[in-house]
Amino acid sequence: MQNLDNSRRDFLAAGITAGLTALGCNNSNDVFTPDDSTVKASGKKVKLLSSDGEIIEVDEAFLKPIPEMPPVSNDVARLGIAGKKFVMVIDLSRCKNLKKCQSACNHVHHVHSDQNWIKVYPMQDAEKTAPYWQPTTCMHCDEPPCVKVCPVDATFKRKDGIVLIDSDRCIGCRFCMAACPYSTRVFNWEKPEMPQELADKPYSCESSVPQKKGTVGKCDFCPDMVREGSLPHCVSACPNGVFSFGDMNEDSVTNGSETFQFSELIRDKAGYRLMEDLGTKPSVYYLPPVNRNFPFESGMEQERERESAVRKS
Amino acid sequence: MENNQLTQQTVQDLLPQRFGKKGMIWTGILILLSAFGAFAYFLQLRDGLVVTSMRDYVSWGIYISNFVFFVAISLVGSLITAVFRLVDVHWSTPLTRIAEIIAVSAIVFASIIIVVDMGRPDRFYNLLLYGRLQSPIIWDVIVISTYFIISLLLLYFPLLPDIKFLLNAKNSATKKWNGFYRAIGSFWKDKPEQIRISNRAISILCITIIPVAFSIHTVTSWLFATTYRPGWDSTNFGAYFISGAFLVGSGAVLVAMYVFRSAYHLEKYITEQHFDKMSRIVVLLALLYAYFNINEYLVPAFKMKKPEEAHLTELFTGEFAPLFWFAILAGMAVPIMILLFKLGRKPLPAFIAGVMVVVGAWFKRYLIVTPTLLHPFLPMHDVPKNYLHYFPSWQEWAIAIGSLAGALLVITFFARIFPIIPIQETLIEQHEKAA
Repeated sequence: MQNLDNSRRDFLAAGITAGLTALGCNNSNDVFTPDDSTVKASGKKVKLLSSDGEIIEVDEAFLKPIPEMPPVSNDVARLGIAGKKFVMVIDLSRCKNLKKCQSACNHVHHVHSDQNWIKVYPMQDAEKTAPYWQPTTCMHCDEPPCVKVCPVDATFKRKDGIVLIDSDRCIGCRFCMAACPYSTRVFNWEKPEMPQELADKPYSCESSVPQKKGTVGKCDFCPDMVREGSLPHCVSACPNGVFSFGDMNEDSVTNGSETFQFSELIRDKAGYRLMEDLGTKPSVYYLPPVNRNFPFESGMEQERERESAVRKS
Repeated sequence: MENNQLTQQTVQDLLPQRFGKKGMIWTGILILLSAFGAFAYFLQLRDGLVVTSMRDYVSWGIYISNFVFFVAISLVGSLITAVFRLVDVHWSTPLTRIAEIIAVSAIVFASIIIVVDMGRPDRFYNLLLYGRLQSPIIWDVIVISTYFIISLLLLYFPLLPDIKFLLNAKNSATKKWNGFYRAIGSFWKDKPEQIRISNRAISILCITIIPVAFSIHTVTSWLFATTYRPGWDSTNFGAYFISGAFLVGSGAVLVAMYVFRSAYHLEKYITEQHFDKMSRIVVLLALLYAYFNINEYLVPAFKMKKPEEAHLTELFTGEFAPLFWFAILAGMAVPIMILLFKLGRKPLPAFIAGVMVVVGAWFKRYLIVTPTLLHPFLPMHDVPKNYLHYFPSWQEWAIAIGSLAGALLVITFFARIFPIIPIQETLIEQHEKAA
């Protein structure tokens, strides 16, 4: 996982924040006093939010990189993170089809751009209604149809609400793809393209890499990041704060720069879930595309680029 | 004395014969097609399912529709052997073994083709290691293997009394298999006790195979009906599949009757009467299947709910319309019209109607599987153009055709090694008639 972790770190500037979260759990009295007395203060201060909600200033030199955490075993990955119930809120009024979420996700998971785990749909519900951009991830349903039909328990639901795939167990029957009403699952029809070094690594359910030929893949809510206290890649990659991620039990979600009380957000902005009538109980909530930050047309350029790219390929 | 002569003549007529030139060519073609299918499967194993035209939207293609077809056709074994036996129908005696070998061969190839469809056939054992009872696939694994075993026994037990004829045969058409015959049936001595046990076993099997047969095809329909998708989300599916299965199986029996009758000169045993009666059954089953089709299409078409609308218009007037109307006409309407007339129930027209039923049924299964997948709830988006359509690749055709050829090959070899019409039972009926 070394290579993968590094690539993630390059990709994600959030490493430092994550390190702090890890330190915050430490029992020593002052977590910002360096263990190693040789570290000298640089004089450059960084503003941080402490775990009790106060803004504190810490010398940059005292920040520690997050420790290397080996991925949890696939048996542990099946259980989920105790006490958590993860939830995502997607604010449609902020999306302009930039697809930074998609490219970040594809990059980290080595997903081919023909088989995006995150899709941004141009939606128009009826002839006279307004069009809008709708990003979709896996819905991580509480009544997941995919898990119901899987014959070998390769796709499973965890206590923290996340639905994952064990690619070492998947037999490739694709029943889950037929069962999923959100068309969120993709199949590795051929050997996935990735560096050989990565392909040789053991599969981790929490990072969903390396993807394996003949098995199903999908959005995993990045539980490896979440375990480290970081946000899923799509959330931190979106410059418009479309995605917010959090814990239902704490009733809070954040897009990285803003933090919301989940219940308040859903109440005030009339949040809803996709295809509620099917009874799948998704963990992804949508905020309707009202008072938009961008006109729908602003996303069209991206769409045309994509289409011409597809035509070339 | 006369009776004895009749017996000898019957045995001589019904024993397997050497293949003529036609038979050799037929077998050769089937072997070639099967081998080519196996080669295509080798390519698929090497490169992955990417050699197919299936992609993320159409994730099930002709492998799955071919699987449904095989499961469907295999149901005829239970109809002709079990249902007819239980309701004391005797005219079907010469057809029981034909129906049963179709059943066994089809169910074997249903299992093969479902493994072909798997992305990781090397992990098949996971079904045993981690199988979860809540998945309809596990139900299918259980009922199909049960059905296979019962069908095999229903083929085997009535065969036991015939093995002595094979061993005693003076002509040498089957001499080289004598060791095999001895291994599987030399213990059979026509003892009253053996006959009693065998009859009892067959009765039990005939009763148990009916719910199992209903289960295999109902569960197969549930692979689709347990999902939300328009075109599959239907409570009609179990009955719709079962009725279609009995129809295609009976159509296949009509075809097989004609072929065996001409190839083995069995006109005395498979008579015009048999064609007449079997044709009437096909008409009845076609009407029944038409009834379930009307339920399946007319009720959602009346409402035209948005997701259903896209699917139904595609079938009725869109891209799949030619195939859809072909399947309806060739699979049901035209065979009914042919077989309603006395002249249509003669061997040749009945054979043609049977072929139409079988071919129509194959495409019908394709229409049940594929068009639905092209109409997901969220619009198809952000994928290459070739993900938006489905036409099977040559490898898929080669494998599907190879599997059909393989199933026919099993039936062909069986007919070469064993009497395709039960000898003992035919003799018993002759005696009963004489007395």
